[in-house]
Amino acid sequence: MRIKDKIEFLCGADEGYIGKMNCWQAVAPFSEQYCDFLAAVSEEIMNDLEAREFPDVVTFGFFCRRANLQRMKKEYEERTVVRQVSPVSPGGPYRLGRGVTFHIAPSNVPINFAYSMAAALLAGNCCIVRASSKPFRQVDIVCRCMAAVMDRKEFVWASLVVSIVRYGHDKEVTDYLSSLCDVRVIWGGDNTIAEIRKSPLPPRSTEITFADRYSMAVISSAAILREDNMERLARDFYNDTYLYDQNACSSPRLIYWLGNREDTEAAKEKFWGAVHEFVKGRYELAPVVAVEKYMTACRAALDIVSFRPRVVLGEDNLIGRIEAGCLKMSIIDYRCPGGSFFEYSSEKIDDLQHIARSRTVQTVAYYGDLKDMIREFSIKCGFFGVDRIVPIGKTADFSLVWDGHDLILDMSRIVGY
Amino acid sequence: MINYDEILNIPPYSMACEEKEKFLTEILGELTGHHYERCLEYRRILDAFGFEPGNIKSYYDIPFLPVRLFKEYELRSVKSSDTAKIVTSSGTTGQQVSRIYLDKETSANQTKALTKIVSSYIGKNRLPMIILDSPAVVKDRAMFSARGAGILGFQMFGRDRIFALDENMELDIKGLEEFLEKHAGEEIFLFGFTFMIWLHFYEALKKIGYHPDISKGIMIHGGGWKKLADRNISGERFKEGLNEVCGISRVYDYYGMAEQTGSIYMECEEGHLHASVFSDIIVRDPFDFSICPVGKKGIIETVSVLPHSYPGHVLLTEDEGVILGEDDCPCGRKGKYFAVCGRIKNAEIRGCSDTYADKG
Repeated sequence: MRIKDKIEFLCGADEGYIGKMNCWQAVAPFSEQYCDFLAAVSEEIMNDLEAREFPDVVTFGFFCRRANLQRMKKEYEERTVVRQVSPVSPGGPYRLGRGVTFHIAPSNVPINFAYSMAAALLAGNCCIVRASSKPFRQVDIVCRCMAAVMDRKEFVWASLVVSIVRYGHDKEVTDYLSSLCDVRVIWGGDNTIAEIRKSPLPPRSTEITFADRYSMAVISSAAILREDNMERLARDFYNDTYLYDQNACSSPRLIYWLGNREDTEAAKEKFWGAVHEFVKGRYELAPVVAVEKYMTACRAALDIVSFRPRVVLGEDNLIGRIEAGCLKMSIIDYRCPGGSFFEYSSEKIDDLQHIARSRTVQTVAYYGDLKDMIREFSIKCGFFGVDRIVPIGKTADFSLVWDGHDLILDMSRIVGY
Repeated sequence: MINYDEILNIPPYSMACEEKEKFLTEILGELTGHHYERCLEYRRILDAFGFEPGNIKSYYDIPFLPVRLFKEYELRSVKSSDTAKIVTSSGTTGQQVSRIYLDKETSANQTKALTKIVSSYIGKNRLPMIILDSPAVVKDRAMFSARGAGILGFQMFGRDRIFALDENMELDIKGLEEFLEKHAGEEIFLFGFTFMIWLHFYEALKKIGYHPDISKGIMIHGGGWKKLADRNISGERFKEGLNEVCGISRVYDYYGMAEQTGSIYMECEEGHLHASVFSDIIVRDPFDFSICPVGKKGIIETVSVLPHSYPGHVLLTEDEGVILGEDDCPCGRKGKYFAVCGRIKNAEIRGCSDTYADKG
């Protein structure tokens, strides 16, 4: 069987063209041509009836709308001006896409492949994207909308620049696609990364990996007590956690309560009450997940002795809560999906360091006026971990700065001048 | 001290609901205190759940341990020097297995309880016995597999035993013919594992067209239905098929696990699994672990009075089941009767987990 016969070409460059991608050209980040294409895809998605059934597809469409592309471009220019590598500074060094990017999207987040592609296009590259090998309607919808745009005369070129593919776990295919690329982007899972890395990259190619991560939230007890709109906060928290079975790398698993004991007790009751109210009726708890959450509580009790865990029993199994008497880095190993939370309370932020030292820590979500405090503390301590500090409700929002990478800079090269 | 001699003399299906709840609450309450004192791991869990073992109002309230915990931790309430043997659960290749630590007393009590339960089905006398398996399974005694342990546990109910299968899992027709000739007209006890019986006995007999007369046989089989369910073989079909090939009509399934050896749940003439006085079944709603009423499916919790050397007296299984009734089965046995619906399904988890790890 030929390698290309094992690949299902969903959209864009097909078997006749995929190998020729590296003859195409790289362009500057946020090139008008590529932005026009993404904006056209956005319009197509926003006008698609089937897309409306999928909030994640609509969110992607919204991400690619022209106004947002312009906003991201401006942000990028501001970021790079600081580094004096702006593409707009005439006569200075300039940037171009690295060439061909090859993306391996995660199997369980249907829309992720589209963001990875958009980032690579905005950085000025061609892209080959392996969508999840599982069939998802979201993937079909985005591909259909893109194909419609590529059919237009002014965007025919895009069908040579983008190729969305699907194939099973096949090293031969991964070897081949890796041999074509200048940047390989692996959306994680540590095991996936290890598996894909068995396929060699050309000498000059680079790689961006998104490994298994651990995320947490810091909540100001006093701010909770002041909050009038708990339903909105509960919805935000739900979107950060339960919406993806609390299994996204950005989903908080540890809640760090900041405040005096009295406030925190009251805040916990108010917060979890509101979250429970919101989760109830929305989240379908699989029996196997209920057992896993219970198992996690037992494991924590057995493993982390000094931690003095206390299991908080709720009226049902929707929210699993384990209160920790102290913080240990080993808490990071507990990654039970489906709403299993560790909690720690303190009047000071200092104990955050026991966790944030780990390079596994990705997102610190916050609620209350804590942004600067967490930022200062992270810089002062020089943590290996903590790549994102975002408000609760925003942990899953895709951004071009993600997981410690500036995707535009990492997928483009600087030309010295 | 728990008086096991007294307990084990209670006829296994004699106790009705109210009396049994009082009885189990007393024994299981005492066991909870016993393990809390002697098993540090057990104590840590109860402490984490804020459960006080001193004041137990009903055995329904005692925190259950997930069976999987025995795969990941060494849980025992006896010193290593008092451990007589370690039983491991069966597991698919590559999976972790449970390790159950038994002292002499617990091991003996398991045997006694099993004897009481089984002899209420096959009588007190030992019967000529056909083991529907290969002798290879019991050869290595150092580490008991659940299959080996099951055979060793049940073979005491038989005499003049033969293994129906050879080392290669092939049917030993000559041996079988000789055995049946020798014991013509007698009741015969057959034991084996459900899937093995179907694959290596039923299908082999069918294939070669040999139909021995085992109409006076009593068969007890266990080990779960997963593999047969995959082949669309129901309990009914299993019995029918065996009846077709060898004329047997008394075929009893049992439900049990290595983590609670001895206090097995036997199937009755009505096709219902029964809890004996030594154990009980509680079906829990996965949503909140509340007790499911009769007829409602949920996760099976099993309790047993036997585990004394390890804290396995109250367990949450990974099986789903449904209580069919209590004390009123037409077969006349007292206690709860139920059906097992199979393992809880693996859930499709969203999120950016591994694309390779889960072989989607």
